[in-house]
Amino acid sequence: MRLPSPVAVPLAVVAALLLVAAPAAAQRPTDADLRFVRDMIPHHQQALDMTALVRARTESRALRLLAERIETAQRDEIAWMRAWLADHDPEAAGAHDAHASHGSGHEMSGHEMHGAAHGSHGSGHAMDHADMDHAMMPGMLTPREMARLAAASGSLFEGLFLEGMIRHHEGAVGMVRDLFASPGAAQLPDLFRFASDVEADQAAEIARMRLLLADLFFSRP
Amino acid sequence: MLPVRLSSVRPIRAVLLLPVLLAGLTVSAQTTDPRVGLRAGLTDAGSAAFGLELVANIPRPAGFTNPDDAGDFGFANTDLAFQGDRLFMGNYHGVLIYDISTPAQPALLSTIACPGGQGDVSVHGNLLFMSVEETRGRVDCGTGGVESPVSEERFRGVRIFDISNIQQPRQVASVQTCRGSHTHTLVPDLADPSNLYVYVSGTSGIRPGEELAGCAPGGPEDAGSSLFRIEVIRVPLANPERAEVIGTPRLLAGLDPAPRRQPTPETRAAMEAQVAEMRAGGRFAVVYDGEIVDVPSGMVEQVLGQIVAQRGGSGAPTAADTTTAHALFDQFVQQSSEGPSTGPDQCHDITVYPEIGLAGGACAGYGLLLDIRDPANPRRVAAAGDENFAYWHSATFSNDGRSVVFTDEWGGGGAPRCRATDRPEWGANAIFTIDGQDLDFQSYYKMPAAQSTEENCVAHNGSLVPVPGRDVMAQAWYQGGLSVFDFTDPSNPVEIAYFDRGPVSADGLTMGGYWSTYWYNGYVYGSEIARGLDVFRLVPTDHLTAAEIDAAEGVAGGTVNPQHQTRVTWTASADVARAYLDQLVRADAMEETRAQQIRAAIATPSADLAGMAGGLEQDAARADGRDASRLRDLAATLRALR
Repeated sequence: MRLPSPVAVPLAVVAALLLVAAPAAAQRPTDADLRFVRDMIPHHQQALDMTALVRARTESRALRLLAERIETAQRDEIAWMRAWLADHDPEAAGAHDAHASHGSGHEMSGHEMHGAAHGSHGSGHAMDHADMDHAMMPGMLTPREMARLAAASGSLFEGLFLEGMIRHHEGAVGMVRDLFASPGAAQLPDLFRFASDVEADQAAEIARMRLLLADLFFSRP
Repeated sequence: MLPVRLSSVRPIRAVLLLPVLLAGLTVSAQTTDPRVGLRAGLTDAGSAAFGLELVANIPRPAGFTNPDDAGDFGFANTDLAFQGDRLFMGNYHGVLIYDISTPAQPALLSTIACPGGQGDVSVHGNLLFMSVEETRGRVDCGTGGVESPVSEERFRGVRIFDISNIQQPRQVASVQTCRGSHTHTLVPDLADPSNLYVYVSGTSGIRPGEELAGCAPGGPEDAGSSLFRIEVIRVPLANPERAEVIGTPRLLAGLDPAPRRQPTPETRAAMEAQVAEMRAGGRFAVVYDGEIVDVPSGMVEQVLGQIVAQRGGSGAPTAADTTTAHALFDQFVQQSSEGPSTGPDQCHDITVYPEIGLAGGACAGYGLLLDIRDPANPRRVAAAGDENFAYWHSATFSNDGRSVVFTDEWGGGGAPRCRATDRPEWGANAIFTIDGQDLDFQSYYKMPAAQSTEENCVAHNGSLVPVPGRDVMAQAWYQGGLSVFDFTDPSNPVEIAYFDRGPVSADGLTMGGYWSTYWYNGYVYGSEIARGLDVFRLVPTDHLTAAEIDAAEGVAGGTVNPQHQTRVTWTASADVARAYLDQLVRADAMEETRAQQIRAAIATPSADLAGMAGGLEQDAARADGRDASRLRDLAATLRALR
């Protein structure tokens, strides 16, 4: 239902003309903005690779809930980042989509490679891409570490998962701080908000995970 | 063996776990809910309403919207403030000011173009306050952003406008802060009306010290850190241009872990030597929190077994396996105990209730109770954790100050967190009772209708609806719509009215929905991020009667600001008496026939209301809880009517 006030419309127009000097120039993302989003997608993807391991490897309710929460957040954020890239950098967005759909990235090159090394194709294959470590984002687990995590269960898995995810999240927080330190970056309101949310949410999850890790050691008989 | 000094961590864990045990499912999936499956559209979305009637929708004016992208966050509507006949709506691009003298026909009075987000607003006398947090914010309100990471042109903090000429608001002060202002709260000094205080909550990155002197990162106990604190601005009302930061209370210091006794380097070295010796003797020990702690044997067994298996071996672990295990345990301990702090470094909202001397701090990882009797020096008196809360976002006290609704903005507000697959206790409200200096968890409340993936949805801002005898809140859930719920029984919140539209767009998530929905003088106003200003009236249902609505509509307030509560009192009236009667009947605390007699008596000038009041007071003595207070309040109302 829409009930525009007969008075409001003309006033609104007048006010807008008087007080709004010019519509905001359509701001464009900087290279740092684009790099941040492009890099954060594979970074988030690895978190999903990690959480996918949880259910089969631990009965810990706390850890399963944590994984569910991380999974929900990272999946939603990947969707947001893909949509954002599609708006601002269709070429790169297309590359990510292609990667997501067929999983194997051997034909890719350049910056797309890190996506290939840590794609949605399950961590079991991660060892195959050990040579791509150089393309990893801050805090990401190496393929060898991912393999080790996948082979673990129980206490060892819980410890490795928490230790790895804390490091992973710290990497993301660092990426946000690097973004804000880059000239001209994060001037787009949606990206400012997204990056700030990533920082706040992941910092909160780091705190949660530190408590869990302490519990893992010290609260068991 | 359990470690000795985990007392700093343990109480918090205990609090964290409690809600899980108590988590009754107050909300269940309702497949028949008319809010499910509404048609998408910016201006023609399907809608569903219960107990609410939309009486006006005023789209955002030109200049405050991107015609090509309704979800452009640079033009999102944000928080609301009210003064007399005026409504102030924040926007990422500035402020919109409406005349609401005819609430069903709001009229745009003027606008302030001044981008920088979030643009949250408050009003006091002739002063309008606005939060600016983004790095694109400019001192001159320009739209071009600020290129350099260090610049004198950047503004992040609280702007103050003089609005004595509403057509031409004039910026009279701008107070820069280290993390900008995500939100702010006006705090009067009840003992000194010449000064006003502003609590500033910054949640984004810290500015470089080169841009604003004194800004720096640092730990919770580091007095120079811009984290773990809020800023307090004092505004001399006679000279608002002299507004300045007068304090930076470190409300989040010492929260978690509690201050640790750090061993000296010598002690530390001695401990490590002792651990090495224990390990040489075949034990598994680590240094944790200044103590030597044995690793639980079950964990040692499991970890060793898997190390052996991972190298493809079998049988007893070798010396190398044992070394690997020691290294892993050290690594885990390091990750669990290092870092700047495990407590939050920010508050999102601080809701003050000056008449009870308390504020509710919604501070990322915790809900805090603050003593604000000295408004320049707020002091933390209680902290609650909650395992299901991702991000403590806002707080709303019941009118009697006995309970408080905290919200969890899980995902930051841009994510769809009300899908059927999202847990009802995540991204919800948690309702606590206040027992002296303790916060006791009672229940969760989440808007119950499943939303689509195209709708950003999570608990957000709301305010009390002043129904006498009940605790009722009208709350924004972004694209989950407006949900009005009753938390009179804090352990059993119940939805009593709602309004919801379909997604802004069927083609992917487009930001929209209610940022805030607040009651003001008989109407609920909603700032819809993408669709503009909405105005609602409550309509009677079984859950809320005409008398209860009339009684709420009889409450008049001059100024309403976000995160600021004043005590509601009800002038004795027939509406108020009838509201209590309806509630007593609904709660089975009074027979309908008796309620009818009293209603008839109220309408009869010669009736003996004082006599009836006496009877009600006797009943009150035998009743308990809210029914007893309703009977007493009804009796007092009847006496006052004569």
